[in-house]
Amino acid sequence: MSGEAVIGLEVHVELATTTKLFCGCRNTFGAEPNTNVCPVCLGLPGSLPVLNERVVEFALRLGEALGFTVPARSIFHRKNYFYPDMPKDYQISQFDQPICVEGRLEVDGVEIGIERAHMEEDTGKTTHMGGGGRIHDAVYSLVDYNRAGVPLLEIVSHPDMRSAGQARSYVSELAAVLRAIGVSDVKMEEGSMRVDANVSIRQTGTAELGTKVEVKNMNSLRSLGRAIDFEIDRQTASADAGTRIVQETRHWDETDGVTHAMRTKEGSQDYRFFPEPDLVPVAPDDGMRARAHADVPELPAARRARLVEQWGISGDDAEVLLGVAGLADYAEATVAAGATGADATKWIVGDVLGFLHEKGVPIQELALAPDGLAELLNLLADGTLNRNLAREVLAVCLAEPKRPRAVVDERGLAQVSDEGELGTLIDAVLAENTGAVADWRSGDDKAKKKKRGFLFGEVMKSARGAGDPKVLGPLLDERLADG
Amino acid sequence: MTALEIAAAVRSGARSARSVLDEHLAVVAEREGSLAVFNHLAVDEAAAAADVVDATVADGEDPGPLAGVPIALKDNLCTRGVPTTCSSRILEGWRPPYTATVVAEVRAAGAIPIGKTNMDEFAMGSSTENSAFGPTRNPRDPAKVPGGSSGGSAAAVAAWFAPLGLGSDTGGSIRQPAAFCGVVGVKPTYGAVSRYGLIAFASSLDQIGPLAETVADAALLLDVIAGPDAADSTSSREAWVPVSAQLGDGVRGLRVGLVTELIDGVDADVAARTHAALDALAAAGATVGEVSVPAVTHGLAAYYLIAPAEASSNLARYDGVRYGLRVDGDDVADMNGRTRDAGFGPEVKRRIMVGTYALSAGYYDAYYVRAQRVRTLIIRDLDAAYESFDVLISPTTPSTAFAFGDKTGDPLSMYRNDVCTVPSNLAGHPAMSVPFGTGSDGMPVGVQILAPALAEATMFRTAAVIEQAASGA
Repeated sequence: MSGEAVIGLEVHVELATTTKLFCGCRNTFGAEPNTNVCPVCLGLPGSLPVLNERVVEFALRLGEALGFTVPARSIFHRKNYFYPDMPKDYQISQFDQPICVEGRLEVDGVEIGIERAHMEEDTGKTTHMGGGGRIHDAVYSLVDYNRAGVPLLEIVSHPDMRSAGQARSYVSELAAVLRAIGVSDVKMEEGSMRVDANVSIRQTGTAELGTKVEVKNMNSLRSLGRAIDFEIDRQTASADAGTRIVQETRHWDETDGVTHAMRTKEGSQDYRFFPEPDLVPVAPDDGMRARAHADVPELPAARRARLVEQWGISGDDAEVLLGVAGLADYAEATVAAGATGADATKWIVGDVLGFLHEKGVPIQELALAPDGLAELLNLLADGTLNRNLAREVLAVCLAEPKRPRAVVDERGLAQVSDEGELGTLIDAVLAENTGAVADWRSGDDKAKKKKRGFLFGEVMKSARGAGDPKVLGPLLDERLADG
Repeated sequence: MTALEIAAAVRSGARSARSVLDEHLAVVAEREGSLAVFNHLAVDEAAAAADVVDATVADGEDPGPLAGVPIALKDNLCTRGVPTTCSSRILEGWRPPYTATVVAEVRAAGAIPIGKTNMDEFAMGSSTENSAFGPTRNPRDPAKVPGGSSGGSAAAVAAWFAPLGLGSDTGGSIRQPAAFCGVVGVKPTYGAVSRYGLIAFASSLDQIGPLAETVADAALLLDVIAGPDAADSTSSREAWVPVSAQLGDGVRGLRVGLVTELIDGVDADVAARTHAALDALAAAGATVGEVSVPAVTHGLAAYYLIAPAEASSNLARYDGVRYGLRVDGDDVADMNGRTRDAGFGPEVKRRIMVGTYALSAGYYDAYYVRAQRVRTLIIRDLDAAYESFDVLISPTTPSTAFAFGDKTGDPLSMYRNDVCTVPSNLAGHPAMSVPFGTGSDGMPVGVQILAPALAEATMFRTAAVIEQAASGA
C-alpha cells in the first residue's frame, strides 16, 4: 500500500542526581554489585520512601526547557507486577497525574508534541547465568540492586514522527536538551537513556492510527533507526499480504537486525495502579518554579543558531558541537581565550573530537585546556607554526598536560621563514633532483605543476616540515625560473 | 507499679532498672507458658539495656522519661538483629538490618524492650487466632481471645509482663484488644507517630500507638513516640505538643457527643457501660448529648476494600527472592507462587485476593474509588459532628472478649468487631479505648473516645476523667 509510518517514542532517562529517588544511596554507574543499597531501595519490610527534592527540580527544569505545563499538584502511583529485580514487586511511578504535561520539541523545523514526562524509580539489573544469558535457558540468575531506585524521567512523545530519521533526530535533539539543562549524562550505550518506539503504519492521508507495535532493546541511535525501518518494512509487507498486524511488544535483535515478538503471559498485563499511600503529593511552590526557570540555560537550538551566526560556521559543525557533551562549552571557552570561532570549531570538530573518539574519554578529561588550544591556534595564526607543525604540537598536548608554546620551544618546532636558510635547502634539493628539474623545464603546464609539487614536498621534508610555505613557495619558484 | 512510678524510681536511683526487669521477667516466667504472649523473648538484650540505664543513673545522668520501664513490642516493628515475623511463616527467622523509629525512640528514652509480641498475621484479624504460631490467651480469662491484631501487646500489659506495650492500629488493632484485655489503647492521629520500620499492612490506615495500664502511662509513651520523622513522608511536620501536661485539666465545659450509629446494635451490657461513661463525664462537668454521624455505617465496607487493596500491594514483596521463606519451583514465577502459598495463612491470602480484585481493571472505580469516596464522606460527617462537640464517644467493640473459635468460621462476623473502630482510621483521626467496668460476663468493657485530628490532648483529658470514674465505680 502507499502508506506512511506513525512513530511515537518513550524515552527513559536516568537522572544525574547524587542520590537515588527515595533514599540516600549513591546514584553511580559501575559500582560493585549490591553495594549502593539500603532498606529503602531494597524494599525491606517496614521501609518507607522519601522523595529526593533534586529530582523534582530536574523535572521542573525539563518542564521549562520543553514548554511543559507543570500542574499545581502531581502524585505518585504504584505500578504492581512481579519481577525479581523490582524489590517491592511494585514500581513507584506516576500515572494519571504526572509532573509535566503537554510539552514540545522542534526538530528540523517540525514540532514534535510531547504528551508527558513523569518521575519513576528504576529497577535492579538481572544477569542470567548459563544458557547463553537468556532467561528461559538460564541455570540461575543474579540480581544487582544498585540501580534499583535510581531516578528516571520517562518522556512520552505524541505519535508525531513519520520516519526513522526523524525519530533519530528527535532523540538526539532531546539528548542535547537534557545535557544542556544538566539533568543527565545521556549515554545510550550505558543505558542511562533508553528508547522504546511505538510504530504503526497507515494509508497516507488518513487520520486514524493503525495497530501499534512497541519495539524495545535499542541501545544506540543507529539501532533505533534500524529497528524502526525494519518494523515499517515488516508491517508494510504484512499489510500488503493482507495479514492483520498484532498489537504486541517486539524485541530488537541487534545481531540479526530483526524484531522478535516477546514471549508474553496470556491476557494483557493489569498493573493495578493506585495512588502511593507512602508519599505525599508533589506541589512545587513558586520559589521552586522560579529557580527552575532561572536554571535553564540557552537551549541547543538557540545556541546552534547563535554559533552559526557569530562564528560563521556551518550548521553541520554546530550540530556536532552540540551533539557531544561539553564540546560546545569547550569551543566557547577556546574562543573566549582568544581564538576565532571558525578556527576553534575546525580544530575541535576535527583533531580534538577524533582524539576523544579514539581514546573514548569525555572532553572534561582532556589534558589540553581551552586556553591551551587558543594558544596553539594563535601560534598558527601568527605564523610561528604551519598546519603540519600545529597538528604535531596538538598531538603532544592532547596526550600530556603541556602548553603548546612550551612544546614549540622544547622541540624547536617553530616554522622556518628565513630566506637564506630555506634557499640553502632548496639548492640542495634541486641539485639532488636534476631529473625532476629537467622534467619541469620541458613539461607542459600540468607536468610543471606536478613536478613543482614534488620538489616543494622534498624541500619541506628536508626542513622537517617546519618550512613556512608562504616564504618557501615563492622562493622555490624563483630558483626554478632562475635555474 | 505504673510506668510513671518505675521511671521516677529508676531516675532517682531508688530502684535499679535491672531489678525492675527481673521482677517483670519473673511474672513472664510464671504465666507465659499458658498465655503465649511472645513470639520472641529478648532476655539478654533486655538485661544489657537495663544495665546501660543503671550505669547512666550511676554516672549521674538522666536515662530519660521511660527509664527502666519494660516494654513489649508488637512483632511487626523492626528491631535490628532481633527476629521480626509479623506472626507469619513467610518472615520466620528474618532479622531486620535496621530498627523502627519508634523502637529507637523508646530505647533512647530509657525503656527496656523485653520481647516481640504475638499478633494476627500481618495485623489482619481481631483475635490473634490468625497467628501462624498459635493464639495468645486473654489474661483476664484464658478461655477468651485477647482481641487483635495487637493481642500480644495488650495481653502483655494486662498480665503485668510490662507496664507498656506498642501496637499498631489499622482498623482497631490497638483499641479492640485493649478493650478485651481491660487496658488503655491509643490510636494517634495519622502521621503523629512515624511508621518507619512498621511492617505495612495498609499504609494509609496504619498507625503505631501505646497500650498501657493507665491513661497517664499511655500519655507518657505517646509523648515519647510522637513527632515528625524525616524518614516517613506522611508523618506530621509540626512539633508534637505533649499531652501529659494537660492530663489533669478535666472536662468541665467540654462538649461530649455519643455517636448514635456506633451504639446501635451493640450488646446491651456494653451499651449500658457506654451510657454510664457519658453520665460520668456529665457529672464531671461536661456538656453531653447524642450525635448522628451517618457515613460511619459505611465504614466497614470501605475499610474492607481499602485495607486489602493496599495490603495486596504491600505484601507483594514477600516473593522468596530476597529474604524470608523460599520454596523452590520450576522457574521464578513458580517459586513466587509456591513461596506465597506456603508462607501466608488463609486470612492473609483472602485479603490479598480481595484487594487484588478491588484494584483490577474494570473494578477499580466500583470498589477502590468508591471506598475512597466513603472515606471523604466519613471525614465530612465527623467534621460536622465536631462543630457541635469537642470529642465523641462510643463503645470500642460491640461485645466483650469472645471465646476461641467463636468467629473463625465466619470472616464477616469477625470483621464486624471493627465496626466502631474503623471510622477513625479512615478519617485519620485519633481515638482511644479506656476500660470502664465489666460486662455481664465479668469481662472488661472499653469505652472509645474519638477526637479531631491532632486533638489528642482533649481526648486524653476525657479519658482521664473516665478512668477516674471507673476506679470510683
